[in-house]
Amino acid sequence: MNFLNAIVVGLKEIWANKFRSFLTMLGIILGVSSLVAMFAMTQGLENGLKEALVAIGGLQKIRVEARNVPVEQRHLRDFATGVTLRDVYALQASVPEIDIVSPEMRMDSPPTLAANGRRHRTFMTAGVWPVQLEMMEHQLAHGRMFNADDEQDARSVCVIGTGIRDELFGRPDQTGTEVIPIGQTLTVNGVPMTIIGMFEHYESDQERRTRLLQEAKDAADRAAGIQKPAQRDRGRGRRGNFAFWIKNNTVYMPLNTMWMKLKAGQTNTPPEPRLSNLEVRIRDVETMDRALTQVRNVLMVNHRGIEDFSFRTQEDWADQIQISVRAARLSGGLIAGISLFVGGIGIMNIMLASISERIREIGIRKAVGAAGIDIFTQIVVESVTLAVLGGLLGLVCSRGVVWLISSVTPTDNEPIITWGAMAFAFAFSGIVGVFAGLFPAIKAARLSVIQALRYD
Amino acid sequence: MALLELRNVSKIYHTGGEEIRALDDVTLDLHQGDFISIIGPSGSGKSTLMHVLGCLDSPTRGEVVLDGVDISKATTSQLARIRNRTIGFVFQSFNLLPKLNVLQNVELPMVYAGLGGKARHERAVKALEMVELGHRLKNRPNQLSGGQQQRVAIARALVNDPKIILADEPTGNLDTHTGEVILNLFRELSTQGRTVILVTHNPEIAAVTPRRIEIRNGKVAEKVDPRLAGFTPSTP
Repeated sequence: MNFLNAIVVGLKEIWANKFRSFLTMLGIILGVSSLVAMFAMTQGLENGLKEALVAIGGLQKIRVEARNVPVEQRHLRDFATGVTLRDVYALQASVPEIDIVSPEMRMDSPPTLAANGRRHRTFMTAGVWPVQLEMMEHQLAHGRMFNADDEQDARSVCVIGTGIRDELFGRPDQTGTEVIPIGQTLTVNGVPMTIIGMFEHYESDQERRTRLLQEAKDAADRAAGIQKPAQRDRGRGRRGNFAFWIKNNTVYMPLNTMWMKLKAGQTNTPPEPRLSNLEVRIRDVETMDRALTQVRNVLMVNHRGIEDFSFRTQEDWADQIQISVRAARLSGGLIAGISLFVGGIGIMNIMLASISERIREIGIRKAVGAAGIDIFTQIVVESVTLAVLGGLLGLVCSRGVVWLISSVTPTDNEPIITWGAMAFAFAFSGIVGVFAGLFPAIKAARLSVIQALRYD
Repeated sequence: MALLELRNVSKIYHTGGEEIRALDDVTLDLHQGDFISIIGPSGSGKSTLMHVLGCLDSPTRGEVVLDGVDISKATTSQLARIRNRTIGFVFQSFNLLPKLNVLQNVELPMVYAGLGGKARHERAVKALEMVELGHRLKNRPNQLSGGQQQRVAIARALVNDPKIILADEPTGNLDTHTGEVILNLFRELSTQGRTVILVTHNPEIAAVTPRRIEIRNGKVAEKVDPRLAGFTPSTP
């Protein structure tokens, strides 16, 4: 008996028991679609994380953070200088791999911002040099960035992100028009500052799509004259990708302003301005190792051997992304794989039942000349056909499952169905079909002709 | 030379430590064109003899020589091939596959012989026309009468042009008249040069055949009806 014949016979058998076959396939359908959905979700997660990585400035950055003196150097605590501008100058002068160095000075606790009668606290309030704009890949949409003169004179000016504007002056979708608060006064812990610039709104592709969709809908509503009830603003929580949220909730002022107007008056401040951290961008990510060594050497000399600083590279984060994505993929894939496996057991079960039903048929087939291998092939082909049909339907359904999952639990990372995932899930369903068929097929092939013929 | 020879064939079953000799040292010669009945009461071993003759089972001891080849030690798949090419079965309960139509049922042995679809169709239609069922090709077995079903089964048995037709109580489920029609069909087949073996417990049916093999307690007591002796086609 040739193979094509076996497939035709298998398909007929499936068609003859439509409902039962469908129920059997359901396990495979769910297994395959959840496998594809799982991969789609993790793919979306990975893309979202990578997008965020690019948004905060890529892999070329080294972040030097001030930290407590390590235990073994505790006795030298009083000699520790902390991260200062001297480090910045030293790095600029001595490490050729470095492209730009950007110091950052923050408040010890998130300051209170107030304007327009509203208050807001954000930890992303920092005194920086204008070069920070380049370092953090900020883009000004309105007004100007403060310059060296502002820095020199410690002028009370600041540049804000749209998140701050949203909190203090209202979101565009609430106020109807976009508020551009240039020239307005903002107080930081009571110290008045003039807003001289605002960044553009940062968002992931997914957020942009959702927003545009919402805007189009709102516009249509307005055109139709539907009045939306006023929405409560509080309690909505943070929306969107973390990296973008942070960028949007930034307030920058000149470093000197931060030092002189906000920090100098505080108690317990050291005489020399201490930075909370500084960021270094190297020219080429290939020279990362050498640059790290050099930065460390320069800082160690500057700090007289006291290691009151630490490094963090984005590479750590990139690795972290890989690890977490792999973990998500593995656990999701495992769960979906188990459901596919259960589907396979369903097929095996139904094949066994169908064999006991067809003992006489198998006997007749053998009497007219079917060898064991013919019966074996027939059963395996039936099982594989069931599984593969289920797999195909599962691929079709996976789109629906993805839609269902993302509508029940909205994420910022749109799931992405890849061909690879589909091919993998489909191949897996075929393999499950083969294995589910093996045992019943062997059992059927081994039936004795005489007993099978006598069977009622 | 005999078409099918049984040389000191025994089939022994063990049930509960007890030894049952279903066939006890049977020696038989069947020739081409023979029309034979195997008769015996139930439990006599005639079914076992039929299984051995039909290559459904291998003997415990002795030789089965088919066309000069000893098949007593053949594997199950070799036996399946022999059943497919050399032997046609007709059963008491017809044993047609209910899910397949008449044509597909008749095509079944050719499917396992590896024939192409077109050749299968042609030969199946020819075989069905021979049993005068050329007009019921697309019917399911359960839409046919018993006699018609048995004729379909005979068409199926004939379709691979076997040398031996083995019929197990072929008229057992049929009325007398239909039974006679079927028996005439078998007689015709034997005159065409096929060896036809009827297995029955009914002496009236056995009386139709020129040669009768009576089985008792696993042993052969052969009888030839003198009245029908002249009917036997001479063996080549």
